[in-house]
Amino acid sequence: MKKYLAFFRLRFSMGLQYRAAAFAGVVTQFAWAGMEIMMFRAFYRTDAASFPMTFQATCAYVWMQQAFLTLFMAWMMENEIFDLIVNGNISYELCRPVNIYNMWFSRSLANRLSKAVLRCLPILLVAAFLPAPYGLMLPASPLAFLLFLFTLFAGVGVTVAFCMLVYMLSFFTISPAGIRIVAVSMVEFLSGATIPLPFFPEKVRAFLELLPFASMQNVPLRIYSGDLSGAAAGRALFLQLFWLFALIGMGRLLDAFAMKKITIQGG
Amino acid sequence: MRLYGKFFVMHLKSLLEYKTSFFLTCIGQFLVSFNVFLGMYFMFQRFSNVEGFTYNEVLLCFGITLMEFSLAESVARGFDTFDNMIKQGEFDRVLVRPRHEILLVLGSRIEFSRIGRIMQAVVMFIYGFAVSGVRWTPAKVMAVLFMLIGGTVVFSGLFLIYASICFFTIEGLEFMNVFTDGAREYGKYPVSIYGKRILQICTFVIPYALIQYYPFLFLLDRGKPWYCLLPLAACLFIIPCFLLWKLGVRHYTSSGS
Repeated sequence: MKKYLAFFRLRFSMGLQYRAAAFAGVVTQFAWAGMEIMMFRAFYRTDAASFPMTFQATCAYVWMQQAFLTLFMAWMMENEIFDLIVNGNISYELCRPVNIYNMWFSRSLANRLSKAVLRCLPILLVAAFLPAPYGLMLPASPLAFLLFLFTLFAGVGVTVAFCMLVYMLSFFTISPAGIRIVAVSMVEFLSGATIPLPFFPEKVRAFLELLPFASMQNVPLRIYSGDLSGAAAGRALFLQLFWLFALIGMGRLLDAFAMKKITIQGG
Repeated sequence: MRLYGKFFVMHLKSLLEYKTSFFLTCIGQFLVSFNVFLGMYFMFQRFSNVEGFTYNEVLLCFGITLMEFSLAESVARGFDTFDNMIKQGEFDRVLVRPRHEILLVLGSRIEFSRIGRIMQAVVMFIYGFAVSGVRWTPAKVMAVLFMLIGGTVVFSGLFLIYASICFFTIEGLEFMNVFTDGAREYGKYPVSIYGKRILQICTFVIPYALIQYYPFLFLLDRGKPWYCLLPLAACLFIIPCFLLWKLGVRHYTSSGS
């Protein structure tokens, strides 16, 4: 456990070095969030009655989504890991007395967290001071906030565990480009990054909420905006934990299987 | 132009060495923009219209914008990796060759995997046409043609600006994505829904509205007849972009290595 914590710390402080990139990212995310909110405003002005959540909750959802973008975006997979697998440098990693799965898991987690730490504060600060419906409101209750924090971490865990599956699968396919892009576009759509899940029709949404993808950003963001509370929130949390363990279990199985029949590419 | 043709064939040949990966990337590209369409579809399951535009009308708008962007992208995406070219000092090599530097930069990389996106654009374009319910007249067909020309020019201009800025910053600016990918993403709806201020910016600063919103109104019989000529006016946008590029080339100092 200690060595994985060390990996985590190492990667975390490495991630904190890229401040200029983070600044550029913050500016970009402001622009995206602004456009996104104006798009929802247009729909809201046209037909407020059909809106599935309050407009303010939608704005909070969008701001939180942009602030914690790096935690949940599936396309932020680590190129270094894919390179290791493709060019054969994986052999060096295998020489180390550590478990590949745990090592990569802690490093991905650290990467995402460090990027988010750099980016979220400026966005949250500015969003909090924007005028009423467009800005970021306070959460409904202290309890909701605690629940938000907890599900936020569970959500990142599910996201990383899913990415780990993709890494593990690319042991078998050699060229990772294909499964990567398919996995990414699936996550984008099914996790509520394209449009929040409440905007889907009732039946589709009920189904999507059971999938692991809904346990990523959907749960924490909706708990923060107050759209998900009470028993529904408890159920969502339970599902999150279930998927977290299920995905990690699957990843470990694949890991064990891949290690048995691994071939090293090139030299 | 013949040289560009040669570059084209060269890249195509090198690519066909890796067929599976190429097809998978194409499918992926297709899926990514298909997501956008699905998002729109589900939004309109809930809302019947947005600011007076129905689903079918928005689809036509989306198809045209996506087509404009994809055309520009397949021509000018070579500028996308231009910061690498500058960082590694490869631009020196370009400067000593007896051809125009823009042609050589564009020829340095042609992305065929964008074919996935182009296919998506073509499908959306045709589908948008089929369901839009617009009564087509020769003038309207001309207007669509002008939109495609104007749109390709404007988006190419934006890619050119992105590359020109690299002369000064060395690093590519992530922020520029807002103007290119962002415009594709949010250009699926007519610009006017984002409010008056945005419409003004998109008319006078970066002429998105000239290639999308105004001629689109003309297609729907809601605009004045001269709106169909606006995309051609938008082509003027390439002039300042080109001047910026010239300025950049003059300012260029090799980063060595």
